[in-house]
Amino acid sequence: MKFRPLLYVVPLIISFALLAAEPRWQSLVEDGLHDPESPAIGVLQEPASALSLLPPDNSGNRVAWIRALREGYIEPRTNIYPETKIEVLDMDIVMEKTGELSMVMFPHKPHTEWLDCANCHDKIFVEKVDANPINMFAILSGEYCGQCHGAVAFPLTECNRCHSVPRSSFTGKPGVQPIPVSDQAPG
Amino acid sequence: MKIMPVSAIQSKRLSTRLLLILALAVMMPNVNAEYGDVVLNRISGANDMRPVIFPHWFHRIRFRCKVCHDELGFEMRAGANQINMGKIIDGQYCGMCHNGEIAWSVDECHLCHSGKPGLKTGIRGSNKTGGPGRW
Ligand code: HEC
Ligand code: HEC
Ligand code: HEC
Ligand code: HEC
Ligand code: HEC
Ligand code: HEC
Repeated sequence: MKFRPLLYVVPLIISFALLAAEPRWQSLVEDGLHDPESPAIGVLQEPASALSLLPPDNSGNRVAWIRALREGYIEPRTNIYPETKIEVLDMDIVMEKTGELSMVMFPHKPHTEWLDCANCHDKIFVEKVDANPINMFAILSGEYCGQCHGAVAFPLTECNRCHSVPRSSFTGKPGVQPIPVSDQAPG
Repeated sequence: MKIMPVSAIQSKRLSTRLLLILALAVMMPNVNAEYGDVVLNRISGANDMRPVIFPHWFHRIRFRCKVCHDELGFEMRAGANQINMGKIIDGQYCGMCHNGEIAWSVDECHLCHSGKPGLKTGIRGSNKTGGPGRW
């Protein structure tokens, strides 16, 4: 078959033009969920009016939620009841069963800034390194990391944000890292 | 297998790559709803009310996940919580906050029941994935 560049380039340009014309946040009447006839339209907040003020990102809500939290753009409450215990843990875990791909770094800090230990332990993950048969297929089916990533936290198409430890430059041992690096460059 | 000249192999690779990009680009503008929106329609539609739209983006600006999913006990699975109006008025689920104190009260029916009739319960609104198991 003869290769005809135009066959590919033209639709590519058209789809990128469409993409560029697409607003970053859909208005409520056009989002396919809200009933344009509902009296709530005009009362409910439009996503763009809130999310455009937060640090930008390219996927999910197009908001870098961790930065938004750490840099004080937002101050979401940690509890309703005064007696609730708040716990943040700074512990990074490197997971090595990724084939030839970069290894996965799971940082506890950004997670526990949003979530409670009980959200994950032991509902989603047994509290022990290597005790969970995590794999990409299960994640893509909405288990393990995929329970949140792809639903509410940044989507699974962002491979590099999880597979962030290149095999060539990593000199330590997989598992719990002696010095957490989660303070560096939050996303 | 026929041995292809180098240029043909290259152009074949290039075209697969372009096709991949094209497929992604065509999929991406297919945005609907805001990422993380949840439709709750186990019982609303059957009772002549519009489905409920729960926006994660709006609530996570104000509350950390742990408030709803740990303190208040919401299961992290769309449709898993047996929410109904009686319980909400009783101060459970959405009613733990939508009580006129932490947030506006249950009187504002249309603010929660704002969805298009007929929507199915589930997590929606992703620009790149359709939620767990659906991407
Ligand atoms: C977002 C999910 C998540 C949250 C929230 C979370 N963890 Fe973890 N935790 C993990 C994962 C994933 C592992 C690694 C499991 C594996 O390697 O199979 C882990 C492992 C651990 C380990 C085992 C380390 C070892 O030496 O084997 C401990 C201890 C732990 N977590 C404590 C906590 C505590 C305390 C909190 C709350 C402050 C917490 N975790 C919150 C996901 C989470
Ligand atoms: C939310 C985090 C996350 C994202 C995003 C992610 N992965 Fe993974 N991936 C993991 C974890 C965790 C493992 C298991 C590591 C372990 O158990 O040592 C894994 C394992 C893998 C493996 C090893 C084989 C297998 O089937 O488990 C491959 C290959 C892989 N991922 C590819 C990808 C690709 C390609 C993408 C982007 C489309 C991606 N991953 C996105 C977390 C992620
Ligand atoms: C219970 C929900 C939940 C689970 C399970 C979960 N995450 Fe997350 N993760 C979050 C949230 C919330 C954030 C904050 C960013 C956002 O919302 O996009 C986050 C952020 C991250 C970040 C970004 C950290 C940074 O500093 O930029 C990485 C990396 C990550 N998760 C990896 C993982 C991996 C790997 C797993 C599985 C082993 C996992 N997550 C499981 C909820 C979860
Ligand atoms: C104001 C309360 C509230 C907050 C805050 C909140 N959620 Fe939710 N979440 C809900 C409700 C309600 C549902 C739907 C439950 C149902 O349908 O029964 C839900 C559903 C989910 C689901 C299930 C989606 C699915 O695929 O079925 C996940 C995952 C989730 N939330 C993660 C998070 C994460 C991560 C955060 C923090 C970034 C968060 N939630 C913050 C109330 C909340
Ligand atoms: C942790 C407390 C909390 C819970 C639980 C909660 N909400 Fe809210 N919700 C709020 C607050 C606070 C506001 C903002 C009120 C204001 O602006 O006065 C709000 C606002 C809203 C809005 C309006 C958003 C807009 O655009 O103005 C909707 C819709 C909504 N909630 C639906 C729900 C539904 C449905 C549930 C149950 C599934 C629920 N909420 C559970 C605290 C909560
Ligand atoms: C804070 C959000 C919220 C408000 C405000 C609210 N509802 Fe609901 N309502 C819900 C949720 C969530 C459900 C369960 C959704 C489902 O799965 O179908 C529900 C269910 C219902 C149902 C189904 C049958 C039943 O008994 O549960 C009816 C009818 C209903 N609501 C009527 C109303 C009316 C009338 C008002 C105003 C007086 C109102 N709702 C205000 C959230 C709300």
